[in-house]
Formats: sequence, structure tokens, C-alpha cells
Amino acid sequence: MSDGHSTPPTFADVNRDVLRTLEPPGNLYFAWMCVVALLLAGFFFAWAGQVWWGMGMAGKRVPQMWAMYITTFVFWIGIGHAGTLISAILYLFRARWRTSIYRAAEAMTIFAVMTAGLFPLIHAGRMWFAYFLLPYPNQRYLWPNFRSPLVWDVFAITTYLSVSTVFFIVGLVPDIAALRDASTGWRRRIYAMLALGWEGADNQWRHYRRAYGLLAALATPLVLSVHSVVSWDFAMALVPGWHSTLFAPFFVDGAIFSGFAMVLVLGLPMRHFFKLHAYIQEKHLDAMGKLILVTGLVLTYFYLCEIFTSLYSGEHIEKASLFWKVTQNYAWALWTMYFCNCVAPLVLFSRRARTSPVALYIVSILVLIGMWFERFNIIVPSLGHDFYPYTWGIYYPSPTDTMIVIGSFAFFFLLFLGFIKVMPSLSIVEVKETIPAPMREKAHGH
Amino acid sequence: MATETILGVFAHVDTTVRALEELRARGYHDLTVYTPIPVHEIEEVLERDRPVSRVRLFTLLGGLTGIASAFLITIWTSMVWGQVTGGKFLQLVPGGIIGSSLPPFFIIAFEMMVLFGGFATVIGMVVLGRLPRLKASASFDPRFTNDRFGVAVHCAPERAAAVHELLRTAGAEEVKSR
Repeated sequence: MSDGHSTPPTFADVNRDVLRTLEPPGNLYFAWMCVVALLLAGFFFAWAGQVWWGMGMAGKRVPQMWAMYITTFVFWIGIGHAGTLISAILYLFRARWRTSIYRAAEAMTIFAVMTAGLFPLIHAGRMWFAYFLLPYPNQRYLWPNFRSPLVWDVFAITTYLSVSTVFFIVGLVPDIAALRDASTGWRRRIYAMLALGWEGADNQWRHYRRAYGLLAALATPLVLSVHSVVSWDFAMALVPGWHSTLFAPFFVDGAIFSGFAMVLVLGLPMRHFFKLHAYIQEKHLDAMGKLILVTGLVLTYFYLCEIFTSLYSGEHIEKASLFWKVTQNYAWALWTMYFCNCVAPLVLFSRRARTSPVALYIVSILVLIGMWFERFNIIVPSLGHDFYPYTWGIYYPSPTDTMIVIGSFAFFFLLFLGFIKVMPSLSIVEVKETIPAPMREKAHGH
Repeated sequence: MATETILGVFAHVDTTVRALEELRARGYHDLTVYTPIPVHEIEEVLERDRPVSRVRLFTLLGGLTGIASAFLITIWTSMVWGQVTGGKFLQLVPGGIIGSSLPPFFIIAFEMMVLFGGFATVIGMVVLGRLPRLKASASFDPRFTNDRFGVAVHCAPERAAAVHELLRTAGAEEVKSR
């Protein structure tokens, strides 16, 4: 039904249109994949170099031990918020516009969290000892310190990744069954295995629906908790610029803001290339534009709060840190962030901008840049200017960590581009649920 | 007792609902209904005399297991290490239990509750929904994941003709014995 009919698509149209997205891709797709593969090769090369020669390769010097890796880690975790927000919270609120974007957003979430998960490993240097983070029995009775925010983080992120993945797979099962019944040969055998023998029988739907609702209920507080816990990695420390109770809501809001921007960055080309205009309509773009605008305004408010609290605190060190951020070495990063996160989204007050793919795309890219810089501004200038002048220090990026940060985008896009060609990037079942069910006699209103 | 399965394939929701109502009125309760999506109208007929799905019991047990195991591991490990934390909880001195700073452990408990609860929910769905199913059931038709609705009636062979007739008059596109 993609060819501009005004009648709503039928059930069979949905199946056909989703199957169409799985046809063998064209040259453009492979060209993209080549770029992605090249960057990914650079990523592994840089990582191998860092393992071989040591963390100095990544430009790590006291006090700048967190620098770009943790910046990018928090950035990717933030991106991973929109998917579960759309699939859990908007599900519970019965926001019907979520249906056409939620599958892609959920896939994005999982891949973003997987990408984020690389960074603590890269950052730890000897990542083969990463299992030290988990509580496992050992002869010396050494256990992780459960009072440490870093250990909370391990638990929060592994739980978030596991539960989001489970939620995602549960949502996929009936769709994979539809693919199984429409395909032939070896594809059919693979889909048949993955569909677990789903048939859409009443007994299956009955438990499925209940389970889906419960998973959404479990995932809802989880979405809000993950970035709160990540924010406590900072807020529990005494560093000026970090030690603030504002951090949890501030991080969650920023995460949703950047997550939606990434949904648009991925969703708009998908809509264009897969010709999904009948499903991802203007009203969906409009709704997402509004969400970006609202979260952007809330974020601006948080920035103002941050500045105000700092100035009003009467705390000399806190004020000095703020002054340094605003005017000195990293001022360019701070003002880039203010422009991208506070000014650029204001364009979305106009309905024309909210429904124009080009305008939305530009704003989304700016938002992503702004949100990366937000984490940079939290980490680098704060660490660079804490209590004593002898602990101050400037950080310069090195080729190694720059390559790893760029490569992480390649890792993410590889997973995402791969996914949309083997799995339904539009939820067959949920899209069908939003279109009128076939009735022989015309329905007398619902 | 030998049973026969009669399958009616429907193109519309209202005809499917009509068939289900008819079947229930005549006392046929051994039905399997196949739908491409969960349909409210059909569920309403089917769920009338059924208890709520027991998946929620799995979730509850999973969540409670998560909370319990999280508190167990955090409190126990902090006690075997014996670090002085200034915690005022669990002080059964001398010689016995000492302090364990509970508040941070609530975070671990929350995460473990969601993790175990989530996994238990899926296990519940799989177990109760009889998944994974290795072979397609006899009355399944691939059209049911696309745009058709199926009603399979399991009944005694001598009533097969009546069921055929019933499904046909309700508006089935196709009726067959499996």
C-alpha cells in the first residue's frame, strides 16, 4: 500500500510490504556496508594497538582517565533509551503512533547498549579480567563492593540489556512466524526454528499478551533506572560539577532526547529506502518531533538549574569549575552543546519542520552531536579542574581513542544494517493491530 | 474417544465471532482459534469463562527470587569481607552478625528483581503456551499468520457434519476436516 493509495493498508498488504524490506539489497547498501567494515577494521586495529602498547595510546593521563571512552559509553547508553521507552512506556500508555517505529527503535536500543558495553571493556585495558566485576566465588573471599556505583552500573546495564533483548525477542516471535509462512527453502527452515513453532492459536496469544504486558511493566521502571544508575557513577563522587542530586533526572531526560534523535536518524532513511510512507506517516514524525522538542526544553531547564545551583551554592570550587568550563579550554565544547541541545530543537516549534524529513534529520544529527558533547562536558572539564591546581590537567584526543570512538559507530551500524535485512524492521502484528480489522458487515463504530 | 477436527477458515472478524458464539451456544468447547493478531472481539468470546493467564504467577515468583537472592549475596558478601562501613543494620554483636549498609543494596535488589522477573515471565509464556512446538499442529494453515482467521473444532465424528454446516452458515470461506 506504499504507492500512495488513500485507503488504509489491509492485513495482506502489511505482510507483503514487510517482506519487501527483506529482498536482496542493492549496491548502495553494500557500499555502506563496505564503509562500515573499513571503519570497523580501524576500530579493531586501534584496540589491538592499545592492548599491545598500553593505555597511554588512548591519551590517558591523570586526571583525565575517563575521557572519550566513558563519554562515548554514556552516549551509547543514552541512545539505548528510546527503544525501550517506546516499546514499554508508550505501550502501557497505549500510544498508537509507536507501532510503526517501535521495532526499529528496539533493535537500535539493543545494538546501542551492546556498543556501549564495549567501552568499559576497552576502558579497563585488560578486558580479559572484566569478569572481576561479577560476584563469583573465589578462594580469597573477594567480592565486588556492592556499595560502589560502578558495581551498580554493571548490574543495571546487564539487566537492561538482558531484559530489553528478551522483550525484543518476545515481540519478534509472531512476526518471525509470519516470515516463516511466507518464505521458502533454507530461509524458511531458519525462521521456523526462530519462531518456536508459533501458530497464533488462542492459547498462545493468551499467555503472550499477558507476558508482554508484564514485561512492559517490568521494563518501565528499568528504563528510568538505568540512566539514573549511570548518572550516579558521577553524582556519587565529590568532583565539582558531578556531585549533584540533579543528575538522575537530567541524565534520563538527555537519554530520551538523544534516543529519539537516533530513532529519526535511522528511521527516516529506512522510511525513504523501504518506501514505508504508508506506515511511518507524517503524524509519526510529528509526534517524534514533539518529543524531541519537549525533552530538549526540559534539558535546557536542567542546564539552567545546573548553572544556578552552582552560582548560588556559595561554594568557591564549584563556581571556579563552572567559570572554567564556560570560558576556558573547553568552552567551545560547552557552547557547541548549548547550541545543539537548546537552540537547534527550537526549530521544531514549527509544524512544518516537524513534518519535514530533511529538517528533522538535520536537527537530529545536531542533537546527537550536542548530546555527545554534553557527556564530554560533564567528564573532561570537570575532571580537568577539581579541587587543587596540582591535579588540574588538559586532555587531548589521540588517534587511537578517536578511531575507537568512530569505530563504535561502525559497530552499531553493522548490527543495525544487518538486522533490517533479515528481520522485520516493522512490526507485522502491531501494525495490523492499528489498522481496522476486516469485517464483512461495515462496523457500526467502535 | 476418537475426535475429529473440523477447520473453518474465515476472512473477517465478525464472521469468526459469529461462528464462535454459535459453537459455544451449541456446547462445543474444545476449540482452537488461530488469528494473525490478538483480536479483542474474539478474545472476549474465548476468555469469558477462563481464568486469567497464569504467566503473572511466574513473574511474581521470579521477581521475589530476584529480590531475595540480591539481598542474600550483597549482605552475605559484605559480612564475610567485614569492611567497616558505619552501617547500622543487622548488628547482632558480639561475635555474631555485624553491620551491613543496606541502602545501596536496594539498587542491586531492584535490578535483580527485574532481571529474574523478566526471565520468569518469558519462561511462563513458553511453558504455558506449549512452545517451542517442533511440528505444526494438524489444523494450522500458513494463512493464519497473514490475513485469515481459523476456528478448529475438535468434536466426535458423528457431529462433524453439523459442525461443517454451522461453520459454513456463520460465513466461513472454507471448511475442511483434518
